[in-house]
Amino acid sequence: MSHHDVLHPETLPAEPEKATLEGRNKYLGFWFFLGGETVLFASLFGTYISLRNSTADGPSAHDMFGLDLVFIMTILLLTSSLTSVYAMYHMKNNAFKKMMLWLGITGLLGLGFLSLEIYEFTHYITEYGFTFRSSAFGSAFYTLVGFHGGHVTFGILWLASLMIRNAKRGLNLYNAPKFNTFSLYWHFIDVVWVFVFTVVYLMGKVG
Amino acid sequence: MSVTATQKRGLGSAIWDYLTTVDHKKIAHLYLAGGGLFFILGGIEALLIRIQLMKPENDFVSAGLYNEIITMHGTTMIFLAAMPLLLGLMNAAMPLQIGARDVAFPFLNSLGFWLFMLGGILLNCSWFMGGAPDAGWTAYAPLSTTSPGHGVDFYILGLQIAGAGTLMGGINFLVTIINMRAPGMTYMRMPLFTWTTFITSILILFAFPALTIGLFLLMFERLFGAAFFDVSLGGNAIIWQHLFWIFGHPEVYILILPCFGVFSDVFSTFSRKRLFGYTAMVFSTIVIAFLGFMVWAHHMFTVGLGPVANTIFSVATMAIAVPTGVKIFNWLATLWGGRITVNSAMLWSLAFIPSFTIGGMTGVMVATVAADYQYHDTYFVIAHFHYVIVGGTVFGIFAGLHYWWPKMFGRILNEALGKTAFWLFFIGFHLTFFIQHFLGLMGMPRRYWVFLEDQGLDTGNLISSIGAFFMAAGVIIFFINIIYTAAKGEKVSGDPYDGRTLEWSIASPPPHYNFKQLPLVRGLDPLWIEKMEGNGKMTPAEPLGDIHMPNNSFIPFMISFGLFIAGFGFIYHNDNMIGTIAMFGGMAIALLSMLTRSVKDDLGYHISKEELEKEAE
Repeated sequence: MSHHDVLHPETLPAEPEKATLEGRNKYLGFWFFLGGETVLFASLFGTYISLRNSTADGPSAHDMFGLDLVFIMTILLLTSSLTSVYAMYHMKNNAFKKMMLWLGITGLLGLGFLSLEIYEFTHYITEYGFTFRSSAFGSAFYTLVGFHGGHVTFGILWLASLMIRNAKRGLNLYNAPKFNTFSLYWHFIDVVWVFVFTVVYLMGKVG
Repeated sequence: MSVTATQKRGLGSAIWDYLTTVDHKKIAHLYLAGGGLFFILGGIEALLIRIQLMKPENDFVSAGLYNEIITMHGTTMIFLAAMPLLLGLMNAAMPLQIGARDVAFPFLNSLGFWLFMLGGILLNCSWFMGGAPDAGWTAYAPLSTTSPGHGVDFYILGLQIAGAGTLMGGINFLVTIINMRAPGMTYMRMPLFTWTTFITSILILFAFPALTIGLFLLMFERLFGAAFFDVSLGGNAIIWQHLFWIFGHPEVYILILPCFGVFSDVFSTFSRKRLFGYTAMVFSTIVIAFLGFMVWAHHMFTVGLGPVANTIFSVATMAIAVPTGVKIFNWLATLWGGRITVNSAMLWSLAFIPSFTIGGMTGVMVATVAADYQYHDTYFVIAHFHYVIVGGTVFGIFAGLHYWWPKMFGRILNEALGKTAFWLFFIGFHLTFFIQHFLGLMGMPRRYWVFLEDQGLDTGNLISSIGAFFMAAGVIIFFINIIYTAAKGEKVSGDPYDGRTLEWSIASPPPHYNFKQLPLVRGLDPLWIEKMEGNGKMTPAEPLGDIHMPNNSFIPFMISFGLFIAGFGFIYHNDNMIGTIAMFGGMAIALLSMLTRSVKDDLGYHISKEELEKEAE
């Protein structure tokens, strides 16, 4: 396939993200990467579960966590996963503008989530003096939730650079795999959040 | 870059070529050179250990320096020598064995190498910047969290950077093998080395992230004041051991499985028979990898996990002896009745069988919980794991180097020098480590920098030290062989051994696009099939056409260099302003390089059909 066919295809195939060998490699490679990420987060969860009651007489999960804020964060992030599905739907229909619109919404929802998480951390630090250094629980909490938050931050920066770079040139066989890979990543951090919500917040409040 | 770029080039352009290359064959050269360099460093450290232990109460090195030497010997040999050398062999041979023109992610391949190289250099900079890490290659907390100075910080950052590179290599090989096999190359027609590369890559993918997290926790604890392992704040030091060994045990299979592949290919080629029990060989590899994830706590029997946990991990560990035994018997059956050629590659492979079997048997011994309380932290364990890592991995690397050297460089390594190196190393190896079983049983603990006189340990340690010098002599002769071969070595054809697999169907060294036309694979040992049917060469699976190739790139080096600078920054950011600047500056270099990669289109280039036809003339 010549460069021209990749960058300026006359018609886009049904699955533009997998139309080239590079696209198929990227798709499969990213799934493997997410497999590695799963072990990464599993290690963090294991560490958190073994240290979650090690508060060293500092504030505990039960003292601090408020489920209403976390509930709103969960809704924002879950919705952003849905909107990224819409974006991929429009990508496969070669509707570039609609794809960009839904990707934009996805990014904004992610920003909303991130702002609330920053607010949440600030709240724990100022109200309870609960920091990264105050206990093993503190270290484990900020590391696990922070790693997830870091992934969200990276995802937003990634999405922004993708959208800006491709704003004027529409879909082609070179950038479709990139959008699709971002979407996979975004779903993954969404799934991780479901576990964070359950293991950190629900178990912290109830368990 | 033109296909006919064979004219003499200056040194500068050769360096620039290697700095920017994305060709798996050149990256293999880089891995072998980098791994070889660190192998020499790790070997010198080993010699220093053996000199110190040559006689009782020796004062050749101080206790503190001894701790640094043993730590760096283990860390260097595992992460910076054995693994890169294996990744080098994989890069050199695997894409050729499956009939591919390159790997799936040539850019990542280059990035993986530069991360390894600069991570390794960062780690070794510690020698000149206040002292190397001294908490053992396992860096157990709280020893590692309380170790003064910055030594352990270099361990953390160096391994974190190098480890990221390895993970990329693993993903790259997985996708390459799944997506880029030549027409007809089904999974069950892949050479065993390709299979073991595949399984090893799965192990890398699922094992390395546990180390990544372990190193992050240690880094947060030492450099940012976290309390994961600090008991006074509710921490738990055992978490490190779990994370380290959840990575660390699969790691030993990452080291040995590729070598099993090398031996399988070597035995089959030089016995002139197809591998006996091919299917069983594939599945035993898979079973070993699977069980490899279930046995990490056998490194922790004496921690106090309780009898139930210890028993489960003990039984799982012993179970690994079964698929490994299957392999040993299959290799023997491959040799049985074969027309055997004994050359250097074959010598290393033949010597592997008894050596590794001894290591395997002591492995079952240390897997026995009650007995392990005796063996734990003695020289018996040292002897055990050197028998499997040297007798398995190092022998495998030497076998693989001898086997594929003509394919990589077009010249065959000298046989006389090769055999001399082998015998010196082989004798030295058993001299060094066999006696250590008994030193361990007599109670000599590992990691101690001196032992006392007249406790029955004097002679054994002297013998062990003498053996180490034999091994060093063997290695030196191997390096002389490399230089000799580069200068005066015999040039060979593409198929010097009457080979069986696809890599022998193309020129030595291969053209940078490997296969002008992708070959049609009609069974296991595809080249051999064509030879037996009188064709002598592979049938093309496609007409001659344009070949798509990836562009060279300097960005992998820049990303790695940014992280290298940031590594120093993280280590020193608590001490001075320059550290903080380096931390942010280095990360900025790395992230901006990544952004450049993201926004700049890189579609590669085509070698036209006409150019290929012209070249053939």
